[in-house]
Amino acid sequence: MLRSIGKRVLQTLIVLFCVSLMIFVLLRIIPGDAITTMMGEHANADTIARLTKEMNLDKPFYVQFITYLKDICTGNFGTSYTLNKPVTELLAAAFPNTVKLAVMAAVIAWVIGMVCGIIAAVKKDGILDRLFMGFSLLGVSVPVFMVAMVLQYFIAYKLHWVDISGVKSWTGFILPAIALGWNSAGSIARLTRSTLVEVLQEDYIDTAKAKGLGRGGVIILHGLRNAMLPVITMMALQISSLLSGAVISETIFSINGIGRLAVDAISRRDIPLLQGTVLFTTVIVIVGNLIADCLYTVLDPRIRKGA
Amino acid sequence: MKKREHLENTAEQEALAAQLGESDTFIDKMKRMAADNKLAVFSAFVILFFLLLAVCAPLLTPYSFEDQDLLSRLSAPSAKHLLGTDELGRDVLTRLLYGARVSLAVGIIPTIASMVIGVLLGMISGYVGGIVDAVIMRLADVVLSFPSLLLAMVIMYTLGDGITSIFIALAITSWAGVARVIRSETLTLRETEYVEAARSMGVKDFTIILRHVFPNCIPSLIVLFTLDVPSAILSESALSFLGIGVQLPNSSWGLMVNMGRTYLYNAPWLSLVPSAAIMLVVLAFNFLGDGLRDVLDPHLKNS
Amino acid sequence: MDEMLLEIKHLKSYFFTRKGISPAVDDVSLQVPKGKIVGIVGESGCGKSMTAKSVMDLLKYPGRVADGEILLEGRDLTKLSEKEKRKVRGEDISMIFQEPMTSLNPVVKVGKQVREAILNHQKMDKAEAKKRVIEVFRQVGISEPEKRYECYPHELSGGLRQRVMIAMAMVCRPKLMIADEPTTALDVTIEAQILKLIKNLCDTTGMSCLLISHNLGVIAQMCDYVYVMYAGKVVEQGDVFTLFDHPQHPYTKGLLASIIHLDELPERLSTIPGVVPNLMHLPEGCAFCSRCSEAMECCKIKKPELHDLGDGHVIRCFLPAEREAAHE
Repeated sequence: MLRSIGKRVLQTLIVLFCVSLMIFVLLRIIPGDAITTMMGEHANADTIARLTKEMNLDKPFYVQFITYLKDICTGNFGTSYTLNKPVTELLAAAFPNTVKLAVMAAVIAWVIGMVCGIIAAVKKDGILDRLFMGFSLLGVSVPVFMVAMVLQYFIAYKLHWVDISGVKSWTGFILPAIALGWNSAGSIARLTRSTLVEVLQEDYIDTAKAKGLGRGGVIILHGLRNAMLPVITMMALQISSLLSGAVISETIFSINGIGRLAVDAISRRDIPLLQGTVLFTTVIVIVGNLIADCLYTVLDPRIRKGA
Repeated sequence: MKKREHLENTAEQEALAAQLGESDTFIDKMKRMAADNKLAVFSAFVILFFLLLAVCAPLLTPYSFEDQDLLSRLSAPSAKHLLGTDELGRDVLTRLLYGARVSLAVGIIPTIASMVIGVLLGMISGYVGGIVDAVIMRLADVVLSFPSLLLAMVIMYTLGDGITSIFIALAITSWAGVARVIRSETLTLRETEYVEAARSMGVKDFTIILRHVFPNCIPSLIVLFTLDVPSAILSESALSFLGIGVQLPNSSWGLMVNMGRTYLYNAPWLSLVPSAAIMLVVLAFNFLGDGLRDVLDPHLKNS
Repeated sequence: MDEMLLEIKHLKSYFFTRKGISPAVDDVSLQVPKGKIVGIVGESGCGKSMTAKSVMDLLKYPGRVADGEILLEGRDLTKLSEKEKRKVRGEDISMIFQEPMTSLNPVVKVGKQVREAILNHQKMDKAEAKKRVIEVFRQVGISEPEKRYECYPHELSGGLRQRVMIAMAMVCRPKLMIADEPTTALDVTIEAQILKLIKNLCDTTGMSCLLISHNLGVIAQMCDYVYVMYAGKVVEQGDVFTLFDHPQHPYTKGLLASIIHLDELPERLSTIPGVVPNLMHLPEGCAFCSRCSEAMECCKIKKPELHDLGDGHVIRCFLPAEREAAHE
């Protein structure tokens, strides 16, 4: 088992390297001069020369890349062009908000999703099944911004139950979290239902019944134990989509999170900031996937012993 | 107990049909879906309807999507402007119809492109194995490590504005998912007895892939298509919403939502109408995809 | 006369589908005496598995028991509540299945799975239950039982897995064990061991066994009394010697004729022509008529009833009546 973890860590490092390379390359092959694009009208010859030297843009490509890697490993993500603060500082300020938002959304989504999926599977083809699956479908189909705006309009504006935007207290996170988690809840519910339905058709469920196990026991002890495996894989994949959705949710509800930072960085052509945010979020996704992989190995004994 | 008198699930019907020794071709499956799943069939028509609207946009409206009528800006739906006007007096319905062209095209074209790439790489990866497999899978991992929206944003930044950039960005974000699924199908198929038999008779690998592996992947591809198109539509609308996708004076549904956001409180229809359109199309694709999956039963476990 | 442990009277278990009703078990009556092994033999789809599953009400929808009585020591199982049925399952009647790999939960240790069978029916603390499981493992011939307790299904061979299933079935000391094709998925040598084990257990514990198989050899080896099924009905029944030495029903004769005896290799292998009819489109008369070498005119229009030939030998056919009429 140690060997397979080691292998996976190695693969992860390779992926990390390629990711940083890709970000680096993508951001620097823009047609046209980076500086002029950024500075726009304020560009004059002196400023251009100075900035070129400062940002190492006159050095050969591979030197720039190596400096970049060195910097990252020492935690130096550069300085934002437009906000004039170290990127790491900006990330540190924004990160907690995104975490709170994403975690809240994930908890809502996963708990509600799983419960709905289980009930739907057990009451297959009944009214509850159709109702829950109908909601899940809605969850998967409605765009994040629509949910966010509808919630904002009705609950914040019309009913005044929470603030329209900003996060002065934790209640400010509720609406964005719902908007964000809505989509994931739908996917989880659908997958839980379909896996559980499939598992309940397996032979060992018959064996469990033949032993005299009650319905609840069969579902929880035998059904769920097997059905959860693919669901956990999906949860891991959702880390990525939750971060994507956070971008939109943060923008609509004016939350100072990493997503919004990335959007600002793009509109202002702020390369170090964009680089920093994208790299950071990617690392989160990669680490999350690694943890999920290891979790899966622990939960499924067939994989553990390499069967 | 009365409810359970008849088989509801078409997968169970298929199993019973096999048990009773009846044939079950693709056409039979489609017929079964048409009979059992009225919702899926209805959704197919909804999609066709929207496609038709998009194609015939100029014929359906007297206005052009650029026509401004500043005197009647922000007017509510009325006889003259069926869905009202936006902040510059442009007819919302017109912009919706022209926007349909962009949104639907951006849903379908990059998805087809990503499927072509994904199928090729997935089949090669799964069938050949070894180093090729490792490299392709690591590449897929790299792409999948990015939150899709952020990756699309970065690619848009690199390639600049324009519809082609959006196509490329969305194709790049989607191919990896397709490749993974096709690869795992290929791996399973490679171990089947008929592939082994073909190999032992000296059939060329290329022919095997073409004749045995690929046709068996088609059900999965069909279902994946119905899942990826709405995903692409949602991605484009998210990008346009953030101001990074389609730009003025062109129209796309996501862009319309973004522009309408400022007037959410006094002219909510500006954002809600295009949002509703997006939702309807995405729902239709999802219903259709569900119906197809019930009947074709490709073992897709990741949604 | 033997005392009857299980009596199935006129059992009807049907599949209720959109396309129609499929009579998988159509008016089947059988009896399992105490301490004896009774076999049900027939081709795939003849209804033998459905009969077995009906006893414990393990039918998956759209199949269900439509009519009939299932008496266990006089108690009608079809009339029990779900809770009472659960008590019967595993404690009074237990079942082992064909595929030991898929019949065990892949993510739970086998020892725990067997222990669950005990804990469902008796109040015992976990350590005590574990001891009992290890004891039963030893009883069914599992070597190193303490070690095997901690194993997962995929770590065991097919034969071992089936022994685990048998252990699970034995652990509550049931009165009847239903074995549904227990050795079909196993190698021939392992099959012999498992069959010997089952026979041994029945002899030593006085347990009865209802053995389902399509393999005539297995049936001949193990059973005291045999039922032959075809298209959902019992077509012949008798004690094992009578049935194998003097089969009366054309179907049974056909089955026995198709067994190859290695010391007398024939020029051509004998087969029964035709195919099993679709249960939803059964013919007017006898279901076997179209394939029967001794079919008569009446077979095409009327369905034959059971005809008692004496000494527990009964067949569902018009032939004996014809022969009797011819003798007179």
